[in-house]
Amino acid sequence: LTDLERRQDRAPVPSGWDYAPAPEARDIVTLEERYGLYVGGEFVEPRSGEHFPTIDPSREEQLAEVAQAGKEDVDLAVRAARDAFENGWSDISPAERAKYLFRIARILQERSREFAVLESLNGGKPIRESRDVDLPLSAAHFFYYAGWADKLEYAFPHRRPEPIGVAGQIIPWNFPLLMLSWKIAPALAAGNTVVLKPAETTPLSALLFADVLRQAELPPGVVNIVTGDGRTGAEIVKHEGIDKIAFTGSTEVGKAIQRELAGTGKKLTLELGGKAANIIFDDAALDQAVEGIVNGIYFNQGHVCCAGSRLLVQESIYEPVIEKLKHRLKTLRLGDPLDKNTDIGAINSKQQLDKITELVAAGEEEGAEIYQPPCRLPEKGYWFVPTVFTNVAQSYRIAQEEIFGPVLSVLTFRTPDEAVEKANNTPYGLSAGVWTEKGSRILSMAQKLKAGVIWANTYNRFDPTSPFGGYKESGFGREGGLHGLEPYLQLDESEARGG
Amino acid sequence: MTRLPVKKTYKLFVGGEFPRSESGRTYEAQGQNVARASRKDLRDAVRAARGAVGKWSGMTAYNRGQVLYRIAEMMEARAAEFAELSSGRAEVEDAIDRWVWYAGWADKYAQVLGSSNPVAAPYFNFTVPEPTGVVGVLAPEAPPLGGIVARLAPVIVGGNTAVVLASESAPLASIELAEAIATADMPGGVVNILTGHRSELSPWLAGHMDVNALDVGGADGDLPELERLAAENVKRVVHGRADRQSPYEIANFLELKTVWHPIGV
Repeated sequence: LTDLERRQDRAPVPSGWDYAPAPEARDIVTLEERYGLYVGGEFVEPRSGEHFPTIDPSREEQLAEVAQAGKEDVDLAVRAARDAFENGWSDISPAERAKYLFRIARILQERSREFAVLESLNGGKPIRESRDVDLPLSAAHFFYYAGWADKLEYAFPHRRPEPIGVAGQIIPWNFPLLMLSWKIAPALAAGNTVVLKPAETTPLSALLFADVLRQAELPPGVVNIVTGDGRTGAEIVKHEGIDKIAFTGSTEVGKAIQRELAGTGKKLTLELGGKAANIIFDDAALDQAVEGIVNGIYFNQGHVCCAGSRLLVQESIYEPVIEKLKHRLKTLRLGDPLDKNTDIGAINSKQQLDKITELVAAGEEEGAEIYQPPCRLPEKGYWFVPTVFTNVAQSYRIAQEEIFGPVLSVLTFRTPDEAVEKANNTPYGLSAGVWTEKGSRILSMAQKLKAGVIWANTYNRFDPTSPFGGYKESGFGREGGLHGLEPYLQLDESEARGG
Repeated sequence: MTRLPVKKTYKLFVGGEFPRSESGRTYEAQGQNVARASRKDLRDAVRAARGAVGKWSGMTAYNRGQVLYRIAEMMEARAAEFAELSSGRAEVEDAIDRWVWYAGWADKYAQVLGSSNPVAAPYFNFTVPEPTGVVGVLAPEAPPLGGIVARLAPVIVGGNTAVVLASESAPLASIELAEAIATADMPGGVVNILTGHRSELSPWLAGHMDVNALDVGGADGDLPELERLAAENVKRVVHGRADRQSPYEIANFLELKTVWHPIGV
């Protein structure tokens, strides 16, 4: 700390200054006791006959039961999607298609509070984030792609855009509704129909989305939602009636899907894991950078594929950055996801909590120094204290493996070249952050970092116009922007050259 | 007395040099002994290609375009030899013209394939295409010259480096091409060409962890198996066709990078 900051007394907030609880009312959400599958425009009982509970991870309380879609159920959903694609959806004019998507965007805006509460209930994320990030971005995504539906021929010069057919989409549990929007909006704008599987632990916002489709009067079968675990996802990947697979999730599962599709000629896009470097230069605005570090790794409990999980600090500012960071960590409020003052919500599942716990133990065993601010954890639910590891070697598991939790590994560097080398020293390549006041350095670093998204003096920022996706083992294909249309189109050339 | 012609030894092209296979093996094709590359040669070629990525992708687009254009110049000078090793004059002229066509794309594709994105926040947000890195190319078996040129040109114009498995039955045009490339001011290692038994080499190329993308257009064997091997490090798998000439063929081997640059005073 500087002398000035010491004089200003940056001691932790006095313990007597407790915030009064500010919970968002949960009665805006009405849940069924048990959900079927959304196929052909209506909820149907699963042929599998199986259901499983879905919970609130902050209370370990059951919210509802959802269906475990089996092979036959996936088949019915694919048939419904195929039928809708061939009889109706492809006859609707692109301008009308656009209007359905605009309607969906508007309804999401109108019902945003309801969705935000449900998202926090079922996923454990702070209501502040569901309300200010997930919902506005979901609506914006539909609004953006709506406008593309009748302008596709302007997007790719010299090519004839045609829909692919039925898209199978498998999404993760970290941003359930937002990932649904990233998948469904471009797919429908391009004229496809969809079979979507939400994540096993967070199916409820996708099931509520079915009600948005009813209100928007989307023709039946254009969007079908099948719930279930990985087995359901595998049935989607294997199904011969699906023309394109879009998957967001772990690199391990992504590789398995790529192997499964080998030789089938099906189109595939993969948005997989990351181990992003967040690089702080000595000329950065440090307080702003510290906020960026916190946002980079503790946003959504670190359940973010592009999380800034490796902090690279220039050696000359290592001490003040770490001191400021530790100070800031003490002010983070962990607890009830529905409380509007909560910064860190619940870990999404027991399974994820176990994985984080195991990797943190590995970090301590390998010799890294652990820091966790004093923090009371609620008695029930899945929680993990925001954690910083210093003295981390590049070879440690916590510097190599994606933890997908609120755990930061700190490394240092001296020169920009060393920062680039360390940042790129991973099989992943999804994102990176650069903090400096020098514009030319931002662009030079941006050129050298092998990652699909580079944030300068910001982090974890998203926009429907901005393409997102990875290099190397972080996957291929882009979501968002003009480039996000390409995976959902057949793009033959108008008149191919050279024979 | 008629003069006895001096015949050429056909060797591999790796790192800008023309080594024999480290295995000492050859096979006979088109009436010549041709080097039969080994797995070790393949690994050496990938290493050479990786080593050349920085220099080649770091050159200006204008420079890369001129190098590609110079390949066309070098081929024009050897057109008679190329005609003998391929289906004839027409194939050679097509191949030369294709280099010229792609040379012209070097400083243009970024303008066609990139974008600036109007985000709802104070950032200048733009998307630029960048090379994916090292690309493995299974050149089509035929045509002997047109095939390899059609698949190689879009790979390297984008700043990638390449390890090419040449046509097995008609490899001589590929080695002749290597000689044209070697005299075109192309940095060593950008293009590496291996001759040999494709079935022996292609699985190792497909499974190599330091290869970023794989063009399986010329694969004749077990395509599903090659694609499965490619999944090991999430390779971009491209089903290239020799009859395609398009900037979107360049795009197949490019990554898209999006940058959020702050706006403020």
